[in-house]
Amino acid sequence: MVPADIRKVILNILERIAPDEDLSNLDDSKPFREQMELDSMDFLDIVMELRKLYRVQIPEADYPNLISMDSTVTYLTPLLKDVPA
Amino acid sequence: MRYHTVIIGAGMSGLAAGIRLAYYQKPVCILERHTTIGGLNSFYRLRARNHDVGLHAVTNFAAPGTRTGPLAKLLKQLRLRWDDFALKPQCGSAVAFPGKRLRFTNDFSVLVEEVASEFPQQIDGFRKLVATIEGFDELNLNQQVVSAMQVVSEHISDPLLVDMLFCPLMFYGSATPRDMDFNQFVVMFKSIFKEGFGRPFEGVRQILKSLTRHYKELGGELKLRHGVREIKIENGRAVGVILDDGREIEADNVLSTVGSVETFRLCGGALAGKTVPGDHGAVEQFQHGQISFNESISILDCQPRELGHGETIIFYNDSERFTYDVPTEPCDLRSGIICSPNNFQYDEGQQLEDGIVRITALANPDYWMNLPPDEYAAAKAVWGTKIIDSAVRFMPEFRSHVVDTDIFTPKTIHRFTGHLKGAVYGAPRKILTGDMPAEHLFLAGTDQGFLGIIGSMLSGITIANNQLLRE
Repeated sequence: MVPADIRKVILNILERIAPDEDLSNLDDSKPFREQMELDSMDFLDIVMELRKLYRVQIPEADYPNLISMDSTVTYLTPLLKDVPA
Repeated sequence: MRYHTVIIGAGMSGLAAGIRLAYYQKPVCILERHTTIGGLNSFYRLRARNHDVGLHAVTNFAAPGTRTGPLAKLLKQLRLRWDDFALKPQCGSAVAFPGKRLRFTNDFSVLVEEVASEFPQQIDGFRKLVATIEGFDELNLNQQVVSAMQVVSEHISDPLLVDMLFCPLMFYGSATPRDMDFNQFVVMFKSIFKEGFGRPFEGVRQILKSLTRHYKELGGELKLRHGVREIKIENGRAVGVILDDGREIEADNVLSTVGSVETFRLCGGALAGKTVPGDHGAVEQFQHGQISFNESISILDCQPRELGHGETIIFYNDSERFTYDVPTEPCDLRSGIICSPNNFQYDEGQQLEDGIVRITALANPDYWMNLPPDEYAAAKAVWGTKIIDSAVRFMPEFRSHVVDTDIFTPKTIHRFTGHLKGAVYGAPRKILTGDMPAEHLFLAGTDQGFLGIIGSMLSGITIANNQLLRE
């Protein structure tokens, strides 16, 4: 997967976690928390969804990488580069 | 078949935990001894009418589109939509004590104004108490027990107001007589006074239907009439369960929602001398709860509103002090709860066909559990009448409009929940982390400590996330 695919994956996960949020104006450079209601339970869910979908393990120490769309995609790009889109 | 997790009990917490596990593709099976789902919050049909068992109202009400708070959190975690529960707001409730009445609605400012006008000397203290409550993190699972009576009395000096604030919170969630842990007080204060009451038009069925449908769609298994006789413990870890009929089911984890003491008993002698994690002491010292209720359900030939009864819920007490404890009499006639499921703001043109008045009073579980079968029905009827006679002092007369009645007692609650003595809110000491004195055995539900219908579901979710989905 290339960064654009990964972005789509994350958007799909966010849509499932928060179906009532409008994600069309999401600013990729800004923290998710500033733009939508996400608590620690929700961040854990993003991690668990990624594990479910792609068997990718994200250690707790790396959670700060998931703060915004840009940082998440950057972090996941090497981990998911061999996964077919 | 070896499951990732076997869940004992198909109540709100078991179903919610099951959904989380099934969503993450864990093989999961919920076992329920009773013939129906729901546990404490269940339903039954009698003489062609639908009745709810536990639910008066769902607390933690939030309007559609609300993105914060327990209900929003719960819906996100279960991947459900607001419409799956379709809660309709209450019409307004009251706490009625001698000479004083405090009204409250789902708009918290109404209660603040009521306190200011009824107890002008106390309003500053009340505001400080509210600030303390708002600043408290009730979701922190590692906290010490603190007396709520003590904390509240530091802010409010009039015992009448103290009692009036405690009354609804104790009635709707306290496993402890005469006091509450401040953590539990905060959970109940926020869920009842700050967020408020709602109810689906179809009652608890609507919620249970949404949960089970979703759980099954995700591949979860649910087995009714499958009572668990024993939890198998080998070398200090749970490895599965033995059913009432002797069949064994293997599992990597066992999640019990049947209560702490009840779960220890299911482990036989395997937990003897073991310590309950989190400073709770030995298994043997653990107490089950004692607080239980009788409830009389009256079906009316008209809507309660036509008789001038428009409140959703009235919490009443006729004595100088409010006593929340196990009564020495079969039922405590001094105080109680009046609930009318008709009095919610349903959609235009929607209203329950029958008028319903439910009246609930504290009961002595030993009396009701030990009553000889041939005296049980008569005693139920006698005390049902006494409870109603007491309650009509706080609401318009409705007795001549009653066309059918049903009554449940601690014995009924025992049948639905398996809780010893029919303890409605479980054990006084909660195990917030869900840890039990055996590996791969966990606790959710009433004795984990999140209260109310929304709380019980959050309990299942939290323990599933923290204990069963960490890899």
